[in-house]
Amino acid sequence: MSMKKKTFLMTAVTFAVVIAAFIICQVLIENKLMSRALRGQLIPICCYIVMAVSLNLTVGISGELSLGHAGFMSIGAFSGIVLAAWLKARFPELSDLARLLMAIVCGGLFSGVAGVLIGVPVLRLRGDYLAIVTLAFGEIIRNILNLVYFSLEGATLHASFNQPVLPGKFVYNGPAGAQGVTKIATFEVGFALVLFTLLVVFNLVNSRSGRAIKAIRDNRIAAESVGINVTKYKMMAFVISAVLAGMAGALFGLNYSTLQASKFNVDASIQVLVFVVLGGLGSILGSVISATVLYVLPEMLREFAQYRMLIYAVILILVMVLGNNPTLRGIVNRVGESLRGKNRKGDKAA
Amino acid sequence: MKKLLALVLALAMTLGMASAVADGIKIATIGPLTGPYAIYGQNVANALLIAAEEVNALGGVQFEVLEAQDDQGDPTLAVNAYNALMDQGLQMLAGTVTSGACIAVGAEAFNDRVFCLTPSASNDLVTADKDNMFQICFTDSNQGRASAQYIATYGLATKVGVIYNNAIDYSMGIRNTFVAEAAELGLEVVAEATFSDDNAPDFSVQVDAMKQAGAELVFLPIYYTPAANILARAKAVEYAPIFFGVDGMDGILTMEGFDTSLAEGVMLLTPFSADSTEPRTAAFVAKYQELYNDIPNQFAADAYDAVYVLADLCTKAGVTAEDSYDAICEKLIAAITAEDFHYDGITGDMQWATDGTVNKLPQAVTIVDGAYKLN
Repeated sequence: MSMKKKTFLMTAVTFAVVIAAFIICQVLIENKLMSRALRGQLIPICCYIVMAVSLNLTVGISGELSLGHAGFMSIGAFSGIVLAAWLKARFPELSDLARLLMAIVCGGLFSGVAGVLIGVPVLRLRGDYLAIVTLAFGEIIRNILNLVYFSLEGATLHASFNQPVLPGKFVYNGPAGAQGVTKIATFEVGFALVLFTLLVVFNLVNSRSGRAIKAIRDNRIAAESVGINVTKYKMMAFVISAVLAGMAGALFGLNYSTLQASKFNVDASIQVLVFVVLGGLGSILGSVISATVLYVLPEMLREFAQYRMLIYAVILILVMVLGNNPTLRGIVNRVGESLRGKNRKGDKAA
Repeated sequence: MKKLLALVLALAMTLGMASAVADGIKIATIGPLTGPYAIYGQNVANALLIAAEEVNALGGVQFEVLEAQDDQGDPTLAVNAYNALMDQGLQMLAGTVTSGACIAVGAEAFNDRVFCLTPSASNDLVTADKDNMFQICFTDSNQGRASAQYIATYGLATKVGVIYNNAIDYSMGIRNTFVAEAAELGLEVVAEATFSDDNAPDFSVQVDAMKQAGAELVFLPIYYTPAANILARAKAVEYAPIFFGVDGMDGILTMEGFDTSLAEGVMLLTPFSADSTEPRTAAFVAKYQELYNDIPNQFAADAYDAVYVLADLCTKAGVTAEDSYDAICEKLIAAITAEDFHYDGITGDMQWATDGTVNKLPQAVTIVDGAYKLN
């Protein structure tokens, strides 16, 4: 199979899996066969899929270890929440769907701007240094969010920094976070956002720019020597990743009545990184599946009560160890090859 | 004939099962059972089981306690936990334990019409604008007010200082109402100093500021970990005012590696002292120690009271296990806000306003010889 055919197949399979999962979920919901617990997780799952796929763009495809991805999510979440609240006061005739979509776009924009600001100094660094600095930026974002206040007085938005005294009703109250958020996130929009993310990432990866990004990852010096603008392509991957994370954040924020910046700490960034690593660096479908499974897993393990997190950790370790087991990999590869072999025969016959 | 017998038996079995399911009113709690705040959630979950067993043994209202659900203190996970409980047929919630989680779950429960009585979520927003939410503990703002009143009533000091954490809502909320109430009661706030979780100070600046301003009493609306550092610093500079804490100070004596002599004479506003000789408290503490090999804190006491309040309400409102959760919610709201309803528990004699906040006498304890003594 040619390279082109293979990437096309991978893209098609990923879309097919996501769309099939969405249809199955819809059918189950229509027929009231889905438990409330699972139904409540659909939107956060969509958010974390987008988070994982977008981080995969930075870590897997661009090869830069970023530990501050949750920071972008929080910027998206809180800018989206504030915009949605203001829109509701200023333009009450707007539908919830319109407000949600505008909030998502706004979240992506703000997060993208932060991505540019952070990317300029950060992407000069490599390897461990880059990881540490992104981690620091994630923390800086969280600390700044603890000092910001927004309130609504009628349809006027007030903002202040480090001064928790504002007229009207607080929309975002520093360390206490966003409060009294009207939940407008829907699963359908979440699904659309996942599709959008896949579309953007696959298009980028399979484009000329995507090949340049991967070339820089594989050998920076060689890439530079053939005239690839390293900074430009690294920035491209980093900022797109930030924009997508911001969009996911806005959807996430509008799914809860209250949300604090403390939710988006280092642990949250590491959690998304775990999704990406377990799903396979560079594998988009892997990110989608691992984000879904790993988000649902702790909830499925609730019946084990106090052993829940222990079992979760053991499963993570098992997946990691077995995933790297040469014998198992050999088996998987052989199966894959024999399948491909059959395909080839099929090709000839046709 | 055989077929008929089988049918009858099968029917009897399903009926039997149905009655087994409808055995008791399903209650549960949501709280941090793992993570940094696990101690709070575990205390509540344990006390809930103890109290429910006692209530069931009385023979009146019967409770079926569903497995307590872990939220790690995270509001978003608390919503998942709440959904899981609703799948299991939850009829009323004795939770959630932490404030942020309680606000998030409260919004869901308000829409679903599920009655919630939280033992320990003290944030003012927990009950704000939601008629189904009730608290056993004081709200943050009421704690600040109650502390100022307590200090003024007992004439503990006239010059007070405040050290608070300006990065957490809990500390800010208590400080704001304390300062406002202090001004009204003629207490003079001579110094205020702030810190935040992230800069983890040694408190030399804050404590020295208190000493210089001559504060006779230092009010600490903070958690016990930073409070321990403040006490250590005060001892180092030989500054010995009265230190007055709130419920976040509870736990300082059981903190690992803490020299309890530092806390000698510290006062704190807490509704519960495990050393109390009051018979119900003593019995509860003994039972808790026997079952869980640990001394219960005020979270446990609040949860213990919560179950008894729920039982009392169910009896008064005639709630049965067959009632739907929304029907129960309306009945219980009417019952708990009834003017003649009050419950005398181990954390005080409580009454509820329609806004969900509790009204009870503030109690304070002093730490003497490494143990709480009720004042």
